[in-house]
Amino acid sequence: MSDNKNDPRPPGFETLAIHAGASPDEKTGARNVPIYQTTAYVFDDADHAASLFNLQTFGYIYSRLTNPTVSALEEKVAALEDGRGAVACASGHAAQMLAMFVLMNPGDNFVASRNLYGGSITQFTHTFKKFDWHVNFVDPADPENFRNAIDEKTKAIFLEVLANPGGIIVDLEPVAEIAKNAGIPLIVDNTMATPYLCRPFEWGADISIHSMTKFLGGHGTSMGGVVVESGHFDWAQNDKFPSMTEPDPAYHGLTFYETFGDFGFSTKAKAVALRDLGPALAPQNAFNILTGIESLPVRMDRHLQNAQAAAEFLEGHPAVAWVSYAGLKSSPYRELAKKYLPKGPGSVFTFGLKGGYEAGVRAVESVELLSHAANLGDTRSLIIHPASTTHRQLTEEQQIASGAGPDVVRVSIGLETVEDIIADLDQALSYAQQTAAE
Amino acid sequence: MSELYYPDWQIRRILRDVNTVAMVGASTTWNRPSYFAMKYMQDKGYRVIPVNTRAAGETLLGEEVVASLKDITEPIDMVDIFQRSERVPPVVDEAIEVGAKIVWMQLSVRHDEAAKKAEDAGLTVIMDRCPKIEFARLSGELGWSGINTKVITSRRSRQIRP
Repeated sequence: MSDNKNDPRPPGFETLAIHAGASPDEKTGARNVPIYQTTAYVFDDADHAASLFNLQTFGYIYSRLTNPTVSALEEKVAALEDGRGAVACASGHAAQMLAMFVLMNPGDNFVASRNLYGGSITQFTHTFKKFDWHVNFVDPADPENFRNAIDEKTKAIFLEVLANPGGIIVDLEPVAEIAKNAGIPLIVDNTMATPYLCRPFEWGADISIHSMTKFLGGHGTSMGGVVVESGHFDWAQNDKFPSMTEPDPAYHGLTFYETFGDFGFSTKAKAVALRDLGPALAPQNAFNILTGIESLPVRMDRHLQNAQAAAEFLEGHPAVAWVSYAGLKSSPYRELAKKYLPKGPGSVFTFGLKGGYEAGVRAVESVELLSHAANLGDTRSLIIHPASTTHRQLTEEQQIASGAGPDVVRVSIGLETVEDIIADLDQALSYAQQTAAE
Repeated sequence: MSELYYPDWQIRRILRDVNTVAMVGASTTWNRPSYFAMKYMQDKGYRVIPVNTRAAGETLLGEEVVASLKDITEPIDMVDIFQRSERVPPVVDEAIEVGAKIVWMQLSVRHDEAAKKAEDAGLTVIMDRCPKIEFARLSGELGWSGINTKVITSRRSRQIRP
């Protein structure tokens, strides 16, 4: 676009959402990104094959590593995050696995915010332990807690800037400074915010992770995850990351940082972690998510509008004890929201019912338009009782600490007519209050 | 130091017009970055002549390694420098002397004074970029690895070398 003038102004977010990574197909001129439903790709000759396997040239070998539909999606998300490169995979959980696989060695640890998606807390606590990777959870309300938990084996800080199950915002900038001083990357799970609302690299984060299943795909159709690297982290500043700076025996002695520079991390995540762990993204799912991202900005605007209206309605509802949404005047996170999410603090939030656990369960069982489902970021409005579902594997203490106590109900406000969303919440809450009082 | 900015059209034009490239600091070890770059550029149709004092006389990817730019008998379009920044000035002096049109310094290589000298002598200078990565970026190949090419276009990707 800036091809004919000396103008480095980057294209706007909406333009990137539609065009980044998705120029017309070179051979056919197909305007949209084709679904390359193939497992393998032919080599021109033995030398071409060798160059590809050695990573000396760019090209496709096998869809477990790379696929043209998937790489179009990777480039698009990298562009939206203003990052250098990305690796897409089968789910958000797989993305976390790939990122940590590059960073961690047995015996290492990372420091994580305790306000995370319950599935992440479980993955970090129990499944990662089998790799001898360890996690120290801290209360993110005070950034100093991250600093105090770092030791010489710590390889990363992990947090959600807009935290699941909702309403909590972590002060990104000082945490990024702490990570920088410790010589370790800050990883931000940006699923709940999306790059439209917050770009973590602008605040000093080094890696962002998404469950693309949520707002990026946006229609509740397709699983997908992605790891994006900023390209600004210096992997050679210390000896903490041998997988980036030392010759890799899994790649005949190649040194990834030296060879691939500012996209060394995503290259490693692809060429080794994705290759050997295997959670490749299906091309059809990549296509569905690509299509979803094209309308991300307009969808997010409406998600925000509807969420704000629903949160204000709930705050005034007689059955509701409290609402945790950073767009409300009552929220202690309102200032942080203005700083990090100036367009608005997402559309997923929590509230508590005066009738406690029983009323919460009744409410999710009484909705007719909202769907009682374990997902978020769908066009459909969703409702869930985290303590009995997404955060069920946690202890009650962990549930309360992560904002998913027994009385908490979480909603993901969708794109239906806002009056209909509110009317359904109203009837379900009134019914829940009535029956709880009986 | 000021941020370097080279418009895409400038890079595209250089990569289109250049044919013979002298690669100063080309390594004979197959898993070194310069070896990757040389092999890739040969695949794209460039004549790449390796320059490396320590490997002079050896054969690298079908080309004889020479000790210095002055040992190259044919016209050189571009000098690609794979050396630490502090070792750039004498290479630039030689590039001017042998009549190269372009001096290209690799990623993380930058020497503003030497660049000024080359520009004053009528050469075009690119610093802190890799011709392999730029070729791949502008031809769309870099996007095959999920890298952000920053190329936004509604046209089919254009061949850099016809």
